[in-house]
Amino acid sequence: MLNDFIDQFGPSTVGGLAAGAIYALIALGYTMVYGVLRLINFAHSEIFMIGTFSGLAVIMTLGVSEPQSGIALIGLLLLLSVVAMVGSGAAAVALEQIAYRPLRKKGSSRLAALISAIGASIFLQELFAIVVIPHLYDHPRGRDNIGTQQLLDKEPLFTLGNTDVRPDHLIVIVASIAMMIALDFFVNRSRIGRGIRATAQNPETAVLMGINIDRIVRITFFVGGCMAGIAGLLYLLQFEETRYNIGFVLGIKAFTAAVLGGIGNLRGALLGGLALGLIENWGAIFFGSAWKDVIAFTVLVVILMFRPTGILGESLQVARA
Amino acid sequence: MRPKIARLGGALAASMALTLTLAACGGGDSTEPAASGGGDSPTTLKIGFMGDLTGENSAIVIPPRNGAKLAIDEYNAKNPKIKVELVPYDSQGNPDQAVPLAQQAITQDKIVALIGPAFSGESKNVGPILEQGKIPSISASATNPDLSKNGWKYWHRLVATDAAQGKAVADFLAKATSAKKAYVIDDKQEYSVGIADVAFETLKAAGATIERDKIDQDGSDYSSTVTKVKAFAPDLIFYGGYYAQAGRLLKQLRTGGVKAAFASGDGSLDQNLVSGAGADAAEGAVVGCPCFIPYGVTEGPVKTFADNYKKAYNADPAIYATEGYDAATAFLQAIEKGHTTGEAINTYLSTVDFTGVSKPVKFGPDGELGATTIHIYRVKGGQITWLGDSTVAKLD
Repeated sequence: MLNDFIDQFGPSTVGGLAAGAIYALIALGYTMVYGVLRLINFAHSEIFMIGTFSGLAVIMTLGVSEPQSGIALIGLLLLLSVVAMVGSGAAAVALEQIAYRPLRKKGSSRLAALISAIGASIFLQELFAIVVIPHLYDHPRGRDNIGTQQLLDKEPLFTLGNTDVRPDHLIVIVASIAMMIALDFFVNRSRIGRGIRATAQNPETAVLMGINIDRIVRITFFVGGCMAGIAGLLYLLQFEETRYNIGFVLGIKAFTAAVLGGIGNLRGALLGGLALGLIENWGAIFFGSAWKDVIAFTVLVVILMFRPTGILGESLQVARA
Repeated sequence: MRPKIARLGGALAASMALTLTLAACGGGDSTEPAASGGGDSPTTLKIGFMGDLTGENSAIVIPPRNGAKLAIDEYNAKNPKIKVELVPYDSQGNPDQAVPLAQQAITQDKIVALIGPAFSGESKNVGPILEQGKIPSISASATNPDLSKNGWKYWHRLVATDAAQGKAVADFLAKATSAKKAYVIDDKQEYSVGIADVAFETLKAAGATIERDKIDQDGSDYSSTVTKVKAFAPDLIFYGGYYAQAGRLLKQLRTGGVKAAFASGDGSLDQNLVSGAGADAAEGAVVGCPCFIPYGVTEGPVKTFADNYKKAYNADPAIYATEGYDAATAFLQAIEKGHTTGEAINTYLSTVDFTGVSKPVKFGPDGELGATTIHIYRVKGGQITWLGDSTVAKLD
């Protein structure tokens, strides 16, 4: 048992961080929307899915047929990130406009919005499985996995002890932490960020202070969508595949990460995501991969018993408002 | 989302209740279809085909339907005295939908025989109804080992069970790779665990050191499993499960630097295994199946079948197409010999003995095939190719 742990600790840590980084990016979308609207946006997992498909569209259009390197790779990744962010961001804004705004305007209960979220999630999945994938992606079996071209060479960059560090892992971890820092600056330092925090803290007062809530909500969805888009791209880079329900499990994990870190708290999402990824992979060493989720959720329950609002607490609104 | 689970899956409680209801209202109609072909005008008999024809697993049910249709079209083209019509029943693979369809097939459409049901779950529910109606059935694809333990007299299948398959594939692998260390992985679904269990025991009995792990069928990050496999450094990996997960797992294993031979069962026998894993990662993967798909067969009656199939459907025969053709052929032989009632056809089936396109067709008293034939396939140059029967196939 101990030998297993020693043998597998390094690789598990790298795998856990890479998985956790993606959880964290998706978790941001849940956390921001929750912070501002007190709504769990269950269709966020589909925003992530749309991000992967936006990236896939670029890869197909450009006809990328072999792993890239150097300038070409950087250019490709930048283009992919822009398209994935815009695709997911636009989808998130449209989702808000169609599925949530009408309900919000009528002052309906939060439960109604929750049902609307679940409905939107199913709608988007089926839309892709039945219409988009067979017709736009030329893939008649819409529910199958769709593989993509490998984008970069995945030979290990360097080896620490028995741990291979692959370039895709490194890109995923570094890129997501960079995005997180950028977002943290945006929310804490910019004018719009102040508007987001103000709305999160007290919508009525925010309106009195001249904040256009509809605009803030739209921006919040857009930014959350962008993060999911980047997550989708990084996912594509690492796993080279997508499918209509790709967001389902990741969405649940990301939501869990958001709660673990403290929902509504941006830094909590990062911490929660990485912690969840690591706990899962370390737990799997001892109990087998079948128990991965059980271990992760047991830890979640234990942490929530002692810190009901998550590790860092629920605090988009009190984040130095 | 749950690929093919119905095929092997449980389908449980409902069947009990339904069986009881049926037992209560059966009985009335046992003397129907125009018994002897008498008179001058050619009679038409109906054979049903039941399975998921439009649902998410239809990709493995349409080929046997096409195969059966081809056999029947060829038969009708000979202008026989009694013509045969194939009536489709689209159960969507759902055991609950299959039951009323079977009742309709027997009481209204008056079929004399049924090809299917395609999956194990629906077979379990429909079996008692066919017994009651005295309608013989041959399934081309239901592989759950327990089906033949119901004591049904009218039920048959043209494929070996999951258990027989797991054993034959593992025996083949043990011999062909002489693996000393093997790793067995499954995705926790009923079929997957069953076949992985059998492979595990068989490889262990063959003397390999063995470890085991499970992946999540809906998950996408299998890095913890890859880490374990890498630390164990096996020569052989056996995966029990379906092609979508198999492709994903195989790709991640290869990217993670695991070079061991990879093998799996019929759930993974699909070209999407190759596209999912990527042609390089999939190269050399071994897949076993109780089914016979004529990948790369260039001569003999199988080639004729494949050509005719291609002409009729503009596609190569896919999984279970040959079995569907043979199932129909068995019924057609009975009809040709003048047996026109369910009961007479069923009696004839116990004597049937011919070499079909898929395998030798001969049924034991429990409805299972007389001899187990498991075929071995391998990915070569990005294409799945047939290596042969597991007792004679060679890996290089």
